[in-house]
Amino acid sequence: MTDGLALAAALVVLAATLAVAVTRPPHVSEAVAAATGAVLLVVVGAIGLSGADHALRTLGPTVGFLAAMLLIADGCRREGLFDAMGAVMARGSGGSPQRLLAFVFVIAAAITAVLSLDATIVLLTPVVFATAARMRTSARPQVYACAHLANSASLLLPVSNLTNLLAFHASHLSFLRFAALMVLPTIAAVAVEWVVFKRFFAADLTRPRHAGARPARPDLPRFAVAVLAFTLAGFALSSVVGIEPVWFAAVGAAAITGPALARRTATPVALARAAEPGFLIFVLALGVIVQAASVNGLDSAVRAVLPTGGSLPDLLAIAALSAVFANLVNNLPATLMLIPVAAATGGAGPVLAVLIGVNVGPNLTYVGSLATLLWRRVLRAEDTDVELGEFLRLGALTVPAALVAATVLLWLALKA
Amino acid sequence: MRALVWIIEDTWQATIDEAAQFLPGDAEITLLHVASTEPEAVARAARHGLLGRHPPRPAAPKELQAISEQAAHELLTDAQERLGRPANLQARRGRVEREVVAAADGIDILILARDGDRDCLGPRSLGPVTRFVIDHAPCGVLLIWPDSAPGLSTIPPPPPAGTPPPHPPPHS
Repeated sequence: MTDGLALAAALVVLAATLAVAVTRPPHVSEAVAAATGAVLLVVVGAIGLSGADHALRTLGPTVGFLAAMLLIADGCRREGLFDAMGAVMARGSGGSPQRLLAFVFVIAAAITAVLSLDATIVLLTPVVFATAARMRTSARPQVYACAHLANSASLLLPVSNLTNLLAFHASHLSFLRFAALMVLPTIAAVAVEWVVFKRFFAADLTRPRHAGARPARPDLPRFAVAVLAFTLAGFALSSVVGIEPVWFAAVGAAAITGPALARRTATPVALARAAEPGFLIFVLALGVIVQAASVNGLDSAVRAVLPTGGSLPDLLAIAALSAVFANLVNNLPATLMLIPVAAATGGAGPVLAVLIGVNVGPNLTYVGSLATLLWRRVLRAEDTDVELGEFLRLGALTVPAALVAATVLLWLALKA
Repeated sequence: MRALVWIIEDTWQATIDEAAQFLPGDAEITLLHVASTEPEAVARAARHGLLGRHPPRPAAPKELQAISEQAAHELLTDAQERLGRPANLQARRGRVEREVVAAADGIDILILARDGDRDCLGPRSLGPVTRFVIDHAPCGVLLIWPDSAPGLSTIPPPPPAGTPPPHPPPHS
């Protein structure tokens, strides 16, 4: 098969896989679609068996890491960590919507950083919604905050976003060095969100209120907090002791699931489901599909448009391009395409600038990418009754400013 | 007299107190709460942004909708207790401004509270939702300040002579 034909085949398979993942037809899972596409590309010779094998081996540890983190997040849910966070917010806010928003910002940023954006969107958001309902205040700013911070606070740690995990391996940074370089960009992105949110939702946040009863003191689940603390400490020390961070994640996952299995508060089936095997297969297969496109010419196309230097204008251009790309095709495929090029030609600076773009960029639309947004509107999905103009305005106000602020601080951190 | 009292979470006590004081004893009162479906839609949309994971189960119970309906029920019950008179309770869901206007059909008077800036007299004391309701209400409207009204001194001085009259606030 010629390179051109192979590239065309890989791009068609990629487009079909993304179409299935975005539209979610009732009887085809995205994992099956992606795996079928990957196998098809090997069969027609668009990627050799050794190439596919190489892609799977490269992604393997990352996917294992992801599975362990999903189990830890699920364990934290089982132990009651998220309900406890709701109680902390309710008590700490003292009945003030603005203080509640401050608590939501801090807790959503922390949960996103430590347990990933999935945990914030799937596990924390319902708790925040219920807390606002119990406090009898508007849930609007609070739920929008969860949706936005799940993206913009996901810069901090390699475990905060799957995109970071994918880039972590390629960046050759230690866990601690990654965090040290990304701490200021994360603070900058969250600060931009805070300033915009306070103005954007001023009407919801400043209504006069009668003080209600003070909610009870929350009971923090000590075991879950201890497991998280141990796992994070392990991540931080991983480069010092010479053990890959993925092993600390595995120990953390075992520590939080083992006792639940013994106490029978979790079944093996429920745990297997929590590790989301379908999603893991989807990521592996998507990796093979993107690899097939990359080796047949996509790589050189990306190389031609992506700046490779570490200067501030270069980093800003990389972040902006990555944000645009993430909005066109969603941030997972964008990361798989951009990171190898950024890592091979520019090193840590460009890799982290790509992450700023693909992580913050999806806030431009409320469903992660324009492709998803358009499709869901075509399908007249239930969630398209959101005031679209309002969400896009919120994205337009926060994303460019957050991208610039985070990238400038990344540049400063790299120079220090 | 058929009266519709629209309450929102933050200011419901003040609205109910005003209604209790203002409405005659024979008024037929309906207490209305409208839950915005926007936060639920945003939460659902955020999940759809997670490409490849957490496939939504169509049969899964609508967790947020249940929380929202329970909260609305409790709020309306507390409001009726505070009112201390018989009243119909009406809970609606959807786009708040449209639902309130629809509920006001055939009503004599709508009682509602300002929902914006409470430090200055002026157009900013109405948020977009309340402004829409007032602009489109098919009935009389009693608009209250949820706490004491700001002083007259909060109005900016008039523009110099010769300036055209101020425009009405933009329609939203």
